[in-house]
Order: sequence, then structure tokens, then C-alpha cells
Amino acid sequence: MARKPASAAAGTKAAALPNVSRDDLLKYYRDMLLIRRFEEKAGQLYGMGLIGGFCHLYIGQEAVVVGLEAAAEPGDKRITSYRDHGHMLACGMDPRGVMAELTGRIGGYSKGKGGSMHMFSKERHFYGGHGIVGAQVPLGAGLAFADRYLGNGRVTFTYFGDGAANQGQVYETYNMAELWDLPVVFVIENNQYAMGTSVKRSTKSVTLYGRGLAYGIPGEQVDGMDVLAVKAAGERAVAHCRAGKGPYILEVMTYRYRGHSMSDPAKYRTREEVEKMRSERDAIDHVRDLLLTGGHASEEDLKAIDREIKDIVNDAAEFARQSPEPPLEELWTDVYA
Amino acid sequence: MSIEILMPALSPTMEEGTLARWLVREGDVVKAGQVIAEIETDKATMEFEAVDEGKVGRILVPEGTAGVKVNSPIAVLLDEGEDASSVAAQPSSAPPAAAQPSAAPPAVAQPAASGGEVPFPLGSKAAPAAAAAPAPASGWPHADLPEGAATKTMTVREALREAMAEEMRRDPTVFLMGEEVGEYQGAYKISQGLLDEFGPGRVIDTPITEHGFAGIAVGASWGGLRPILEFMTFNFAMQAMDHIVNSAAKTLYMSGGQMGSPIVFRGPNGAAARVAAQHSQDYAAWYAHVPGLKVCMPFSAADAKGLLKTAIRDPNPVVFLENEILYGRSFEVPADPDFTIPFGKASIWRAGTDVTLVSFGIGMTHAIAAADELAREGISAEIVNLRTLRPIDYDTVIASVMKTNRCVTVEEGFPVGAIGNHIAAVIMQRAFDHLDAPVLNCTGKDVPMPYAANLEKLALTTTAEIVSAVRQVTYR
Ligand SMILES: Cc1ncc(C[n+]2csc(CCOP(=O)(O)OP(=O)(O)O)c2C)c(N)n1
Ligand SMILES: [Mg+2]
Repeated sequence: MARKPASAAAGTKAAALPNVSRDDLLKYYRDMLLIRRFEEKAGQLYGMGLIGGFCHLYIGQEAVVVGLEAAAEPGDKRITSYRDHGHMLACGMDPRGVMAELTGRIGGYSKGKGGSMHMFSKERHFYGGHGIVGAQVPLGAGLAFADRYLGNGRVTFTYFGDGAANQGQVYETYNMAELWDLPVVFVIENNQYAMGTSVKRSTKSVTLYGRGLAYGIPGEQVDGMDVLAVKAAGERAVAHCRAGKGPYILEVMTYRYRGHSMSDPAKYRTREEVEKMRSERDAIDHVRDLLLTGGHASEEDLKAIDREIKDIVNDAAEFARQSPEPPLEELWTDVYA
Repeated sequence: MSIEILMPALSPTMEEGTLARWLVREGDVVKAGQVIAEIETDKATMEFEAVDEGKVGRILVPEGTAGVKVNSPIAVLLDEGEDASSVAAQPSSAPPAAAQPSAAPPAVAQPAASGGEVPFPLGSKAAPAAAAAPAPASGWPHADLPEGAATKTMTVREALREAMAEEMRRDPTVFLMGEEVGEYQGAYKISQGLLDEFGPGRVIDTPITEHGFAGIAVGASWGGLRPILEFMTFNFAMQAMDHIVNSAAKTLYMSGGQMGSPIVFRGPNGAAARVAAQHSQDYAAWYAHVPGLKVCMPFSAADAKGLLKTAIRDPNPVVFLENEILYGRSFEVPADPDFTIPFGKASIWRAGTDVTLVSFGIGMTHAIAAADELAREGISAEIVNLRTLRPIDYDTVIASVMKTNRCVTVEEGFPVGAIGNHIAAVIMQRAFDHLDAPVLNCTGKDVPMPYAANLEKLALTTTAEIVSAVRQVTYR
């Protein structure tokens, strides 16, 4: 694995919870588990032909969105790429509506017209779901531009991948975001690969967050397998933005366990590499350990959460199967406002 | 309770696959997420992970079995405490037939308010056309070669790869650049093996930076090289549009003829399957609009090979629009390594007498299906496969229309400013007196591509629409 962040798994067995309540920790566990089980179910439905096209799973990266959502306030915005299911669940969107969009049914967030890569919820301040690598970066800065213009104190989380970080529009955006002090947190989800291209095959930059320095944007690298580290970094970033100091960059070091999309054979990395991450750095296991070894929850407590999550996911899948396909008239609606 | 493990769909286009290898045996305990088998899809060998945990009770499909249908049971997983004897040897349930939504939906009329193309309503005043001769079977598709020349069967994918490999062997200034073209062997496996043969100096992986690498490739073409630039799909070439149009297409003119841009921009174009609005656009009309560009849109493997070789040798910038759905289709291709297809030369895919169908690229599959159906009704359709959209072989189209007196165009792109609009205008100018009916355009619908399976089918050009348009122009 390239550039493992400094704060590795050491210390996960500590009994005291660092600046976090038991309830918070249980919530992070629950939220991360929901994403994982939801994604596993989506993979299963894809295998059965109920989901089609491209489907990019978030398994392995759960701590990134859950940690950052913990640093967000109501009204803050978020925008991301096609790898978006986790972001939607973490910001409180309904698993039924997300799953039904995956199956292309009327009960989905986009009435079945957007699919896995294109979902939106203005109510939850989730602005998509974008299929063109890097395009969401200026769009996110634009949302922040509107917030600054309106003076409403909101912050926008703009998520993008290590691969997207090479798109030129990212740097055009950095320049203007800093120039105009836009309240945007650029979150680079560095999962080490852009499809089959590892970070070191796509750039000689030593860090990705460091590129912001050329534009005057502060940033840092964060251990993305540690939800508490992500949350703490998110809080620093948000404080910077809300203080009117402009954008902030978080390069969150994470890992996707599955292929890039459902049809990626993932021959560019070894099975051992994936297994090692799963067994040694898994973000959910990490919180589980904190809860159990610290005596904050029993095996029984966690089993109850597991069951609750399983029910939510099964219910979402059932809804997504039962919800009808969109009526044919929907072909012609929503082209113009 | 035991759980059946079903053959998974592992790509957007997979219907069946080969169970290449089992990584577990009967009696093994598996964890959720553990890789249990290797499955060959239409594109690649994929690892298949267990969704549930449990003990492998029975393996129903032995490894090495080909043609295993998606959703058929391949193994049975037992819960804690169960043993294999509780599981019947035969799978208990048939694959769920309900898994695939949407049978063919009924056609839906486009409301006039949408601003799209409303098929021209025709009266029934004209005399019926003469009884049609049955359409001849698809003949020698490439009129460019003498009949009987040696051919070999290959897929469009193989044809494209062979064209690039042959041209790279022939000319050391030709190189391939793009995302995942090298070590990954191509996102759609078009460049498979080229890195091995030509090395990383000539098969060059780029970061995801379309605007930047398109500019670099155009600059390299000015510096004496002949780049082949692969866009993972043409949807992403919109990032690079400025360099394709402003830098590549216009420089020869702006420099008073001093420097041109010998470069090929290629990749899949148009809809694949269920990949939604941002990944499904057909750009044929966009590029065909630009003076200074040449534009190819092959249908068959012979088209693909012959045109790509011509494109690589051409001193001008060529936009080469492929199609993901066609990549896996097989055709006869001339075996002669010097086989090329000149630009601006359409082929008559099928001769006919009652109506001319003008199409190109994936549109040809619909045109051919419609012609088959029309033949059963006694209507003989002639199919013109344009192959290049700039230049366009107007003469072949006009000659055909002068013979059939009717024309329907077929394409996948949006209806406003479509290639078919332009063809109709040219026919009107050059063969007005030969027309017995207005030229009709069958196109994709005037909406972004929807994801839902039932809507996607409607959004694309359908065979039924072509048949109906032909009935209108032949007054049937
Ligand atoms: C402009 C553009 N180019 C190429 C693609 C094809 N593509 C989709 S995802 C992807 C890799 C992106 O990697 P990264 O930004 O690291 O995000 P990750 O998938 O790892 O979350 C590529 C090349 C695209 N969708 N858009
Ligand atoms: Mg990545």
C-alpha cells in the first residue's frame, strides 16, 4: 500500500474513548455497518440482474463519510462522484429510496431515471451523484459560493477520488475557492486506486493534499480507516471554513475492498493486499474493538445492532423489488423546469 | 435454512458465463466476502465472493462448465447445524423468472410539447408500391474487395486491435495513449496485448486528465508523431472538446496549410446498457458538424478494421466512434493485411427496391432488424451503411433514393440537428423529384438517457419505429 498514514492501527485497544461518547461510537458503528450491509446487498442484487449498468460499491471506505458527517451541522451540503451510496446513507437518506433507485424503480430518489451514479436529495442537502470524474469539484465550490453569497454559515463537503485529483478543473477550482474564501472542504478519498491505476502510477506528487499549498489552501492527511481521526480532522476543516478563512483539504487515506465497479476483475492488486487491509485495518472492526474492549457494549448489544441493520437492508431490498418501474410518461418529464 | 448460491451477473452485458474454478470444496466453511469461485464473463475472469456465511453443502455446477445462465443455482450453502444430507441433489427452485424487469414495453407517443421529432403524418393517397421482391440475403458487405477474397471471422474488438497493431508495426511514429490502455489492457480490452508487444514507450497510460492529454497528443501530432488517443468513452471527450475542435481541427487552416494534426481520437460512443444520462450520449452529429475533422462510425468488424487503418494513415484529425455493444459481435473480415476502407465511401449492406434505409454504427442493427421484419411483410428495404460521417458519401445515398423513391434514416443520437436531418436536406436538394414521400428520421428520443430499463428501451431508436416509418413512406 502506498503511503500509509502515520496513525496506524496501534492503540485501538485503549479502553478510554478519545473525545467521544459511548452513544456516538455506537452510532458510528451502526452507520458504518448500514453502509456495508447495504452495499453487500446491492452487489447481490446486481448479481441477480436487478441492478444494471455501472455500480460502484463503497465497501471499505465507510469511516470516511461517517466520520465527516459527524463533523457536519444540519444544513451543511455534500456532493460526490458515482461512488455515492455511502454518502447518501450517511447523510440520512432513506435506504429504501436509494435501493429503489439502484433497481430503476419509481420509488427511487430520481424516480428510477438516475440510477446508481445519479441520485440527489435537496432535503438532505445531497447534491449528487456525478458520473464525470472531477466534475463535482467546481460544482461543490459553487454550492459554497452560494452559501458565502447568502451569508448563511453553511459548509460544503466536496468529495472526490485520488484519480479525480488529477483533473485540471480541480486546480482551477482550488485557485478560485481560496481567492474568494469559499467555505468548502475538499475531501480527497484516497483509496489508492483509480480503476486499475495506482496513485504512484498517476502522479509523482508525494501527497495530494499538498497540492493545495500552491494555492494557499491548508490541508492534511487523515487515517481514513479510523472514524474518530476522520471526525477530528473534519472538525478542524469545518472550523476553518466557518471562521471565514476559505477552503480546507482533507486527504483521507482509505481503501476499497471490491473492484472499481461490478465488472472490474481487479487484477492490478493482489488478493493478499486486500486481505491484509480487511483483516488489519477494517474501520468497522476497529470501532467494534473499541466498544468491546472498552466495555462500552457487549457482544449481545452489537448482535442486536447487526440484526436491526439486516432488517433495514432487507426491507430496502424488498421495497426496491416491489416498487414498480416508472410509468412510460416519465420518459418525457423533467427535461425542462 | 440452506441458501442457494446463484450464478451472478458480473458485467452490464453478461447473460451467461463459465464457472472457471471453485476455490472452495463441499464441506468448507465460508465467510461473507470470501472469494469462492472464478467466473469468466463476456469481458474478463472475475472473482465471485460469498454473500452469506455458512458451510458449502453441495456444489451443483462443476468447475469448467461453460454457458451457465445468470441466476441459475451453482451451489448450496448450509446454515449452522445443517448437514449436506438435508439438501436435495437437484436445485429445488428454478431461477427466479421475475428477476429481470421489463418485457418489451408498448411504444409511447411523444407529446408534441416536447419539441422533439414528430413523425410526419402522411395521407394514404399515393399508389401502393409494386409488390416487393424478397430482400436478398446480406451479401458481400464490403464492396471494396473482389467477391470471394479470403476472409476470417473476428469480433469488432479484435478488428480494432489488429488494425492498431498492424499500423504500429508499420509506422514507428504511431503510438497509443489513454486511460487504462496499457497495464489494465484497456477498459474494454481493445488494447489487450499491445503493451506487451510495443512496450510502455508506445502504449501509454495516462492519469484521468482528458483535456490535458488530448492537448498533449495534438501537440505531439504537430511534432511529427501519429497519436491514437483512446477515450475510455466519448462521454469523457467532452472534457477535451476544445483541443479536438479548436486545436486539432482548425490548425491546418489557420496555418495556411503549414501544419496539420495527424491524430485519431477513438473510443466507444453512444449508449451501452443502463449506464444512464452522463454515459450514454451519441456524439456523431456533434463531430460531423466540424470542418477540419474526419468522422468514422463503423458498424461491422470489416468497417472497423478497414476504417481505423485509413484513419491512422490519414494526415487529418479523425474522430473514430465505436460502440461497446458492437465490440463483441463477430463478422467476416478480409484476411489481406493491406485491406483498408477509403473515407467517404458508403456500402450497400443489403440491396432492395422499395425504400432506402440510411444508417451507420449501432443504428445498423436496428435498420437490419427492421429490414428483416419488412421483408416478411413483402417490403424490400435497401440498407446504406454510411461508415463515414465526414465526408459523407452522398452519391450512394442519392443513387439509392432515385431507385427506391423513399428514405428513412436511422441513428441513435438526439433528433434535433441529427445526421438524418442533414441527409434529408441533401436528398431534398438533389433528388426532390424522385421522392414519393418525405424523408423520415428515426432517432433517439429528445431526452437525456434514463436509467430505468423500461424507459431506456423507449429512449433508444426501436425497430418498431423504423418499421412504422417505412410503412408510412410506402403508404402501407
Ligand atoms: C472524465 C471521466 N474520465 C473517465 C471516466 C471513467 N472513470 C470512471 S471512475 C474512474 C476512476 C476514478 O478514480 P478515483 O477518482 O480515484 O475514484 P474512485 O473510483 O477510486 O472512488 C474512471 C477513469 C469518467 N467517468 N469520467
Ligand atoms: Mg480512487
